[in-house]
Amino acid sequence: MAADIQASQSEIVHPLDHLIRTDRIPHIWCPGCGIGTVFSACLKAMISSRIDLEKTCMVSGIGCTGRAAGYLNLDSFHTTHGRAIPFATGLKLANPELNVIVFSGDGDLFAIGGNHFIHGARRNVDMTVICVNNFIYGMTGGQVGATTPVKAKTTTTPVGNPDAPFNLPLLAWASGANYVARWTMLHIRKLTACIEKALTRKGFSFIEVLAPCPTNYGRKNKENSLETLRLYRDKTIIKNNVDPSELDMDFEKGIILGEFVSRERPTCIENYDRTCRIP
Amino acid sequence: MKFLGEPYDTDVIKVAKGKVVIIEERCKGCGYCIEFCPRSVLAFSKGFNKKGYHLPFAQKPDECVNCHYCEIICPEFAIFSEVHTITKL
Ligand SMILES: Cc1ncc(C[n+]2csc(CCOP(=O)(O)OP(=O)(O)O)c2C)c(N)n1
Ligand code: SF4
Ligand code: SF4
Ligand code: SF4
Repeated sequence: MAADIQASQSEIVHPLDHLIRTDRIPHIWCPGCGIGTVFSACLKAMISSRIDLEKTCMVSGIGCTGRAAGYLNLDSFHTTHGRAIPFATGLKLANPELNVIVFSGDGDLFAIGGNHFIHGARRNVDMTVICVNNFIYGMTGGQVGATTPVKAKTTTTPVGNPDAPFNLPLLAWASGANYVARWTMLHIRKLTACIEKALTRKGFSFIEVLAPCPTNYGRKNKENSLETLRLYRDKTIIKNNVDPSELDMDFEKGIILGEFVSRERPTCIENYDRTCRIP
Repeated sequence: MKFLGEPYDTDVIKVAKGKVVIIEERCKGCGYCIEFCPRSVLAFSKGFNKKGYHLPFAQKPDECVNCHYCEIICPEFAIFSEVHTITKL
């Protein structure tokens, strides 16, 4: 062990330790996996937004990203595959005081859970949905998903993916989300600022975050995790408020990042009260 | 710091200095903190932790400006920076 690093290791407290279940750290995510960085940005934003953390909970589905809820030292729920949004909807409707955060993967939210996503956004349920998009089903060994870029190699598309991936911000906008943004795990300060904004806004907020899965996506596509991050730096363009139809996932053209939608449609609870709770 | 022409306010501008702290057993040696530190403070050390991952160490500790970037990019909650001293330019 290098003596030039530090002495009393066991006494060191990381600034986010009060929000994580430190007994479960190191977490299960692989070296270079981007999920931890996005999770850490989410924790930072939860603190800086000054929301009441006693009234905040996190819901995840299944997958590597889905493990996040289990590391949060607040009320958190690890639900079944694809069902984070309906579970979170129930939480919010039963206790409207809660700040509800959904933190899950692209496969969980948009493949098996795709229908729940569009209806959560349509009804504009008051919650913040953070999707870690690593282009693949990480946990189960790297199968092609609804977000895998064209021509990308996966275990189930050995010669390349023939199909077009979802443009997630376009889908969120078209379905009715109040707030939509996209960043990568390298753009952490912008990402944290947007999560902070999303947490304090009303209605359905959606943030897509690109993050590497070096173990399954990276290895198959000959891209180590540092190379993926360099791609995020060199092949992205920040353009706020562009037409969501321009946001397709095409690294040759360049990936557009930014804040794209910020509107005030009435929320699910407001609509319900107005229609069903007749005074 | 060296200047071509010295700005008039060098005596009032203060530069934050930081100190990086590494929690060795959490690090998985991804190298993100090393690659993306804007001041090239960090480098891989020869040593490794119990799990066998190579750790970063502050090779140029005096260059750290306490920007926290290593802290926010680390996926492992394994590194952070804190205020060291505030010096003049
Ligand atoms: C009903 C059901 N179907 C399939 C699975 C297997 N399964 C577990 S995780 C996963 C995909 C997760 O992918 P994603 O949400 O992208 O998360 P990642 O692991 O990439 O973070 C699948 C298909 C399951 N657990 N339950
Ligand atoms: S398999 Fe991929 S997504 Fe899962 S922890 Fe490893 S790198 Fe991350
Ligand atoms: S705080 Fe900033 S300058 Fe200091 S080591 Fe970390 S990234 Fe480098
Ligand atoms: S970013 Fe974190 S896990 Fe990666 S090398 Fe630096 S301290 Fe270790």
